[in-house]
Amino acid sequence: MPVGLLGRKVGMTQIFDEAGTAVSVTVIEAGPCVVLQVKTPERDGYTSVQVGFGEKPRRLATRAERGRMIDLGGKRAKARELQKTPEGPRPGGEPPRFIKEFRLKEGEAAPAVGDKLTVASFAEVAFIDVVGKNKGRGFAGVMKKYNFSGLRASHGTQRHHRAGGSIAAHATNRGWSGRIKKGKRMSGRWGNEQVTVRFLKVVRIDTENNLVLVRGSVPGPPGAYVMLNQTAKKVPVPQVAKKKKK
Amino acid sequence: MSLRAVELLNKVEASSKRAEPLKFEIGDTVNIHTRILEGDKERIQIFTGVVIAQRGGGTRETFTVRRIVAGEGVERTFPMHSPKISKLEVVRHGKVRRAKLFFLRDRVGKKTRLVERRATKKDTPEVPAS
Repeated sequence: MPVGLLGRKVGMTQIFDEAGTAVSVTVIEAGPCVVLQVKTPERDGYTSVQVGFGEKPRRLATRAERGRMIDLGGKRAKARELQKTPEGPRPGGEPPRFIKEFRLKEGEAAPAVGDKLTVASFAEVAFIDVVGKNKGRGFAGVMKKYNFSGLRASHGTQRHHRAGGSIAAHATNRGWSGRIKKGKRMSGRWGNEQVTVRFLKVVRIDTENNLVLVRGSVPGPPGAYVMLNQTAKKVPVPQVAKKKKK
Repeated sequence: MSLRAVELLNKVEASSKRAEPLKFEIGDTVNIHTRILEGDKERIQIFTGVVIAQRGGGTRETFTVRRIVAGEGVERTFPMHSPKISKLEVVRHGKVRRAKLFFLRDRVGKKTRLVERRATKKDTPEVPAS
């Protein structure tokens, strides 16, 4: 199972497959991702690979972000040696804009620090899971957020046409607390949350332009950062071709 | 969407576009040869009618063809770049002045006909004088 990739949603379009049917696809620009750090059970208590994607201008990067990319020579390296807390190797290059960690299963071979992961590693993958942040809607009312019906337009309704109605009554269902129930759906911030879309079919992989084309949609606006993983769902064994419909 | 994103999308779409664009104009009467898979056999079906509309861009571009079958108007919308369209022949040029011929939907019988446009300069490629 290949280590996951980081990427950016480019946008959606439509292409034709071998059978000539139109397929709606999301284009994701993924990789090359630099391996920044490999976590081991001995040092960190678990196994994972930290990867970075994109470039951040050095003027925007913090000292910590810049520092972790280059090999520190001189005094500091010596001081670290004396403290007997050797750091792992550093990848070099520009500080990445988007950094995420991928857990590895036990016994899975980890790439080396500084390695570049590309879409080519997904060549054998048929289905992927995509993790991203969905579009932020800001402060949304209950009609938009939860599809409440709102109140009527006339018959005495004044300035409450998009209100959610009553939120609690009768000591909140005789619970004697008189409080609003926990989890009551109300207006508030909506969107900009992490969303995982599972089992997206990989339609095409373009190693030349570092693109992955998946069938269907992916959370977030074009330009949003996303994480790609081989799907955690069980991939069904391809069935013997059923009788084709016309 | 950034300019770069548009470029990347264009690259992706380029693979699904037909090498030679279909040549026709709005108002033309056309024969469209479509490949149809029946069981394991492939056969060609021809749909004839007047092109009444064209819309969309990139691989999503489509055109609509209208014809009268047994007194009933039938319209089919084809994706311009569909590999299932094997051939398109222009039978007749119609003289029209607009891009969408939806007014044909309200017409019946003889009125559905369009005046034929004779070949103009546009149809015959200019031969450079030597």
